Amino acid sequence: MLELRHIKKTFNAGTVNEKVALNDINLTLEDGDFVTIIGGNGAGKSTMLNAVAGVWLPDSGSVIVDGVDITDMPEYERAKFLGRVFQDPRMGTATDMWLEENLALARRRGKSRTLRWAITRKERDEYRDMLKELDLGLEHRLTTKMGLFSGGQRQAVTLLMATMQKPKLLLLDEHTAALDPKTAAKVLELTDKFIKEGNLTALMVTHNMKDAIAHGNRLIMMNQGKIILDIKGEEKKNLTVEMLLAQFAKASGTEFMNDRALLG
Amino acid sequence: MDFLLGLVRSMPGAIALGLIWGIMAIGVYVTYKILDIADLTVDGSICTGACVCAVLTLNGVNVWVAVIAAVIAGMLTGFVTGFFHTVLGIPAILAGILTQLMLWSVNLKILGKANLGINARVLKVIVTQLDKNKAVMTLIGFVAVVIVLLYLFFGTELGCSLRATGCNINMSHAQGINTNFNKILGLVLSNGLVALSGALLAQYQGFADINMGRGAIVIGLAAVIIGEAICSHISINFGVRLAGVAAGGVIYYIVYQIVVAIGLDPELLKMLSALVVTMFLAVPYVKSKYFSYTPKFKMERKMRKIQAATAKKEAKLAKKAAKKGGKA
Repeated sequence: MLELRHIKKTFNAGTVNEKVALNDINLTLEDGDFVTIIGGNGAGKSTMLNAVAGVWLPDSGSVIVDGVDITDMPEYERAKFLGRVFQDPRMGTATDMWLEENLALARRRGKSRTLRWAITRKERDEYRDMLKELDLGLEHRLTTKMGLFSGGQRQAVTLLMATMQKPKLLLLDEHTAALDPKTAAKVLELTDKFIKEGNLTALMVTHNMKDAIAHGNRLIMMNQGKIILDIKGEEKKNLTVEMLLAQFAKASGTEFMNDRALLG
Repeated sequence: MDFLLGLVRSMPGAIALGLIWGIMAIGVYVTYKILDIADLTVDGSICTGACVCAVLTLNGVNVWVAVIAAVIAGMLTGFVTGFFHTVLGIPAILAGILTQLMLWSVNLKILGKANLGINARVLKVIVTQLDKNKAVMTLIGFVAVVIVLLYLFFGTELGCSLRATGCNINMSHAQGINTNFNKILGLVLSNGLVALSGALLAQYQGFADINMGRGAIVIGLAAVIIGEAICSHISINFGVRLAGVAAGGVIYYIVYQIVVAIGLDPELLKMLSALVVTMFLAVPYVKSKYFSYTPKFKMERKMRKIQAATAKKEAKLAKKAAKKGGKA
């Protein structure tokens, strides 16, 4: 369903800070794939997600969703088939607006925004039911500003917003990295639930090897702007951290140096 | 006594002017507070509104039509700034300055000369300072209609997406909001309101002048700040906030009137306004930087101080010891 063909992206080209972020990325996702992406800092994980989301234009290559080339489509237009959750909990919601207003904004993703009321009473009841499922006590706080919620609550809401209009592809950019372990586990659990219930196709970037192994049906490891490992099916099910480290060493020729990934 | 009586007599005029500038301030609120853009177009567009209204009225056009034309002209100026900012990628503040400068020429062309009188005794106008009490009532009506319309608009899907655009642009993109369109829409809306205020101002004071918009943004910001100061403690309701901004305009002009009555040189008033606005804009930053220690921070600061003092003492003692040692 998603196809990345020869995507290249260099930041600050021609300066001393030149950084090849993506170096000839090729990736094909099947419907219902839940892919975890792992790699060190600067490996290009988030950059690849941003290429799909359309944050900037790639230097070359193309992004294809369901056979349609969307490489030149602006970010806000792609949003109609993408759900996104960011690393920074402040980024996914409008902090000065109410919880229900945020949800209403997400509900109209991909639809034209007219002079009809932003929220109807019927919707409000729906939102309450959806929030109840998060099990965070948010269903009674529809008219609380997002800025007053904790990072975990915001990520859970952002996740809900990303999946409310069923996206063709869910992009999760280290969405649990800024949370404490307990909250991160809760948000991951919700992520699994949403993906399973909605039968969604998802790309999840993570720093945490254990999470990358425990979730999804396919694992990609990146290094220096390239995909160096792609593990799926039975092999993915039987994967352990040690095996992954050994494979990384073999594929990249270096040791995996990242405490966060090992300890987290 | 005479002084107080004079002051009381000048109040209707101050309130009327305050309400007119209150509409302008609501326009500033839309860009400055909701879109998070400091739009300097307003210095030009308030004058554009006045010029269009004055010229059309003088040419025998119905005054209501003239006001509507002024609003549309103001919207166009907002569109130009929005176009510069979103399509041509010019920083918003600079885009506003460019439009404002262009408008100086445009306004001069519309007026045909530096200023133009509208004689309310001959022409039919909506508000005039010849009948201040009626003007105040009419203007309260205008302000109320503006507030109600904006309140309704920002409760719609489109209005909500405009608020999101100003609040979090990343989130807006992710939720499929065309932020460039919304920015232009906000600037159009804002400058339409500012031009409405200009049109009313020209009628009220009986003339349009090429320099009447100079420093308008500062008055608008002052009103917004005063309004926020009043309302942040009363209610967070959007309509109340807008009313507060209009009230901010009125308070600004009442204070202005008092300051003039006391005998301050009117030539210094612009400087005073700017300084007051500077002060209020600086308050949040200065407060967070110097006065917002939580107890934990306070404790840390205290600890650091104690540590520094002990270190100093120890250094002194060590020096003394070294001296003694040297002597011995």
